[in-house]
Amino acid sequence: MAAKKMGLQTVKFQNPPSILATASIVGPKEGQGPLKDYFDIILNDNMYQEKSWEKSERKMLKEAVEMAIKNSKVPYSNIEYFIAGDLLNQIISAGFAARELGLPFYGIYGACSTISEGMSLGAKIIDGGFADNLVVATSSHYCTAERQYRYPLELGNQRPPSAQWTVTGAGAVVISSKPKNPRITYATTGKVIDMGQTNSNDMGSAMAPAAVDVILQHFNDTKRTPDDYDLIITGDLASVGKDIAEELMKWKGFDVTNKYSDCGLMIFHPEQDVHSGGSGCACAAVVTCGYLYKEMINGKYNSVLLVATGALLSTTSIQQGETIPCIAHAVAIENL
Amino acid sequence: MQKLTKEQQDYQNLVNLKKPKPPYIKNIFMAFLVGGLICVIGQGIMNFFVSRGFSIKEAGAPTSATMVFLGAFLTGLGIYDKIGKKAGAGSIIPITGFANSIVSPAMEFKREGYVFGVASKMFVVAGPVLVYGMTSAFIIGLIYYLFKL
Amino acid sequence: MDYVMAFIVGGAICAIGQVLMDATKLSPAHVLVLFVTLGAVLSGLGLYEPLVEIGKAGATIPLTGFGHTLVRGVIEDVDKRGFLGIFTGGLTSAAAGITAAVVFGYLMSLLFNPKSK
Repeated sequence: MAAKKMGLQTVKFQNPPSILATASIVGPKEGQGPLKDYFDIILNDNMYQEKSWEKSERKMLKEAVEMAIKNSKVPYSNIEYFIAGDLLNQIISAGFAARELGLPFYGIYGACSTISEGMSLGAKIIDGGFADNLVVATSSHYCTAERQYRYPLELGNQRPPSAQWTVTGAGAVVISSKPKNPRITYATTGKVIDMGQTNSNDMGSAMAPAAVDVILQHFNDTKRTPDDYDLIITGDLASVGKDIAEELMKWKGFDVTNKYSDCGLMIFHPEQDVHSGGSGCACAAVVTCGYLYKEMINGKYNSVLLVATGALLSTTSIQQGETIPCIAHAVAIENL
Repeated sequence: MQKLTKEQQDYQNLVNLKKPKPPYIKNIFMAFLVGGLICVIGQGIMNFFVSRGFSIKEAGAPTSATMVFLGAFLTGLGIYDKIGKKAGAGSIIPITGFANSIVSPAMEFKREGYVFGVASKMFVVAGPVLVYGMTSAFIIGLIYYLFKL
Repeated sequence: MDYVMAFIVGGAICAIGQVLMDATKLSPAHVLVLFVTLGAVLSGLGLYEPLVEIGKAGATIPLTGFGHTLVRGVIEDVDKRGFLGIFTGGLTSAAAGITAAVVFGYLMSLLFNPKSK
């Protein structure tokens, strides 16, 4: 058996890779939310002086990566990989940002789970001895996601209370072999779980079982319990999905009520008219890069299990009546 | 649609339990109120045309055209989607909503060009309405014709 | 009186649409298609014209009225021109609405841009 493998789906890093620096950029609406003081840049305008929302999204992604590298003080030429993905078809935000950045590029797709998928892969590359510094990033944009997945912005339709608001923003993480806190200690790779949900306006309910599955697998594989963590945080289940996830974990005998949170619930105030909460690749990414990283440096949290969640649907699959397959990846981030 | 397994069915029951319900009464009230008001505006426009010497039947066409213009204009100004958020079907069902369904995708896809963007996306919602409207009218016309013979 | 009846009939038609949207999984596009077809069928059965007599604009402004306009046009043209009327009637009577929708829709989309959210 592989030396670093633990249980069925988890690896324990031998020399836990460090998170050397992060950067987060968010749109104006996110900049009015409860976490506004944690973000590095808050845009005044969703267009970001570009000609299209797609261009605006990739500019955020590129600038978040450049800022994270700058913050890490690692010379640009020493960044060995750029791992990124986003929600747009053929992950054009990531691909086009990589064109500008000129770094060796792995494009990944995990929908809104991209940030923890990327961190998991990045940490494996570092601990495997294949690189010393790399950067993981992802982005999403309300206006690009809405037109791809749902309706034109000016269409006068009503959103149901279970709908979520795609976060406009980008987050980037520099992962390094340098010994420095916080570190990525474990990574549990999720399986695709499909509990037969078909409502694309209720992603929280679709994704909750995937999040619970990977969290329970993580505890199983590592022999850890919720007591080992100060905070267990899912990506974008929002209020509906978080409620269901708590219930499912209770069924399985894990009570996480006091230490469980969700990025989609934290990023907006309830009165910001976002219905159930935030979603999108950037949701988990900016909360991780802004809030979590800074509060781990400050010592508020010393041990966090980040479980970003993604729904692997497309407009085609929904129109053809398919159910929604979902994924979640868990990474443990700790101050050692 | 695939058949749900037992596990999926149990999960569906949990979701149904936890899922927030839309505020039915408020939504219906708002749809009634706004839908009614839009029709009152339409009646005002119709009465105007009638006072200008149109017969009630003739007044229908210019009234529709004017209402379509209003719906399109308010969509351009970015007001119609705000009405729609509150009113739901109240602003979707009137012909102003039909105009909104044409202008909103057309504006949004301008960057994809004036042929494949604006002109083709205009009909994302309006196209099906025309297809089903015209086809059902055709079928009814055919039945009517056959019965008349 | 026209105004009161327009308000009640128009409001009621929209309220039915709202119930359909909230209680089923129908999207706004499905509801629009359903309503235009429903208007056409009711009109064909001779049930929509009485509603127009009562509700005036309240019955013609909702999209069911569009279906009614199409069918009324077809029936009138069949009476006037026979078989060919099945093809010409619908669009003739709805010409103003459709042309306005296409032309104003196109112009507005040239003039305005969607607002950032």
